[in-house]
Amino acid sequence: MSETSPKNNIFKVIGASSLGTLIEWYDFYIFGSLAVIIGHQLFPEDAGASALINTLAIFAAGFIVRPFGALVFGRLGDLIGRKYTFLLTLVLMGGSTFFIGLIPSYKSIGYAAPILVLILRLIQGLALGGEYGGAATYVAEHAPKDKRGFFTSWIQTTATLGLFLSLGVIVITKNILGAETFGDWGWRIPFLLSILLVVVSIYIRMKMHESPMFSKLKAEGNISKNPLKESFNNKANFKMVLLALFGATMGQGVIWYTGQFYAQSFLENTCKLDFNDSRYILLWGIAFATPFFVIFGAWSDKVGRKWIMLSGMLLGIIFYRPIYQTFLDDTDFSKVEQSDILTSKALPSSALLIGNSTDSLRTSATQIILKNGASFNMVKTDTVSSQRGILSGGEMLKDKVLPIPVFWKFVGLIFFQILLVTMVYGPIAAFLVELFPTKIRYTSMSLPYHIGNGVFGGLVPFIATLIASFAGSTPLSGLWYPIGIAALSLIIGTIYLSNKKDDSIND
Amino acid sequence: MNALKKFLGLVWMILGPVAMTFLFIQAVEKVGLTHTDIERTNTMLQWGIILFIFLPISLGLMIFGFYAWKGEYERLPESSEDI
Repeated sequence: MSETSPKNNIFKVIGASSLGTLIEWYDFYIFGSLAVIIGHQLFPEDAGASALINTLAIFAAGFIVRPFGALVFGRLGDLIGRKYTFLLTLVLMGGSTFFIGLIPSYKSIGYAAPILVLILRLIQGLALGGEYGGAATYVAEHAPKDKRGFFTSWIQTTATLGLFLSLGVIVITKNILGAETFGDWGWRIPFLLSILLVVVSIYIRMKMHESPMFSKLKAEGNISKNPLKESFNNKANFKMVLLALFGATMGQGVIWYTGQFYAQSFLENTCKLDFNDSRYILLWGIAFATPFFVIFGAWSDKVGRKWIMLSGMLLGIIFYRPIYQTFLDDTDFSKVEQSDILTSKALPSSALLIGNSTDSLRTSATQIILKNGASFNMVKTDTVSSQRGILSGGEMLKDKVLPIPVFWKFVGLIFFQILLVTMVYGPIAAFLVELFPTKIRYTSMSLPYHIGNGVFGGLVPFIATLIASFAGSTPLSGLWYPIGIAALSLIIGTIYLSNKKDDSIND
Repeated sequence: MNALKKFLGLVWMILGPVAMTFLFIQAVEKVGLTHTDIERTNTMLQWGIILFIFLPISLGLMIFGFYAWKGEYERLPESSEDI
């Protein structure tokens, strides 16, 4: 049996695998991108027991279970084959995403709403944990040995393109329906749309054949009887799992999630950029940087995987703080002079009663447009008390729209961060595939990948925001988490990893 | 290089429990800073998640350090036969 597939067949393999994986990433990310709206719709606004579920679901659940999905579906993939396993993960992911879009609001079914969302989110995380390792393994096992990095890098583009697709669908849906309708029921559309994408992908994947290497092992009766035991009970293999985690995927995960998730969260929540502006910046950055996944994947076939990945980590360590300081400086509109203002317009104010008292919170806003094209809303919140009169509250500048040159400067800075993502992420599938033998490859490579990405990476926005909220911290303090993890991974990778490529993965 | 790999193995072995101790102290400190029951429960939950996730990982770092200290990474396997 040939180790690789004919050229036209490999592109079918890549197309079918990548489409399904892209849809899984899309499903996974729309939840994150709509977390605030989902929180309003499906969780009670007043804190209480449900606040626990809210926190758990939005910040952590989907990420935490990814390594468990890697174990469950990795084992299945090494036992029954790659094809059927990642068909199953696709069905689970698409189904749970679709049902999230159907779940009634908290006002209709009470606590059942957040509990159901939590369960579906856990299924999403499990499915994603099983999907990626299968797709990467499947493509690598079809690829010629001198183009393994190039062909698997197409799978690597899917995570970023899934994020791109989710942001694009959300922005388009919101702009068509308007903010109010979108917040009311329009947010369900991106979830429901998933089922169409999944049906198409299942149809394509059903026509695929099993990986040639797995088929050969199966024909020879050499498939693993207990992949989990062979992966983690065998010291020689387990030490490679640990090395892959601490020397590569841990650092790769934080670089990935800082560049594509924390950046968005920082622009929106810390810099207070306008909803559309922050998303457009990310969309442009992704669009310009995505081809580099393939470029670095192909380059790694020539120069090895190690130094490309570690260079990405090193550049992140050096440049994250200057980049985020620039974000802060360029969105600081507090020193705007009167002569810079083109127009200012008062927006309708609102009042909200505080609990059962007669006091109320009055929010008034002024839209200010500057001569350089920038604009922002100055929002002031006062307490109106029947006994104490008006107690003046703080002022906040939000919904900032950047002037055109600064907008493109931000696109450039996001592009640079995603370029680092392509350096660490483009070659990593080939790197992981080459580290482990065929019969336990799905299980062995999935676990370090999903601990690195799901746990170390996925928790970047959560942990970085938490650190930034500590007393005495600055808005940039949260960056010490990805910088520290990337530095540790860089040291371990530099000293312990080999740059040698394993030419034969047919063993 | 092999001597450095072994020496750093000791560092990784120590780093695992040090990181966990640091996180545990942080958790206790942050829970202590809360004012209301709801705030306390949420903070405990957040830090509970962090400790739950990073405890096995720090254990993994210790095992990695132990292997490095024992010289297990002096020569990496070059094919599946080595595994």
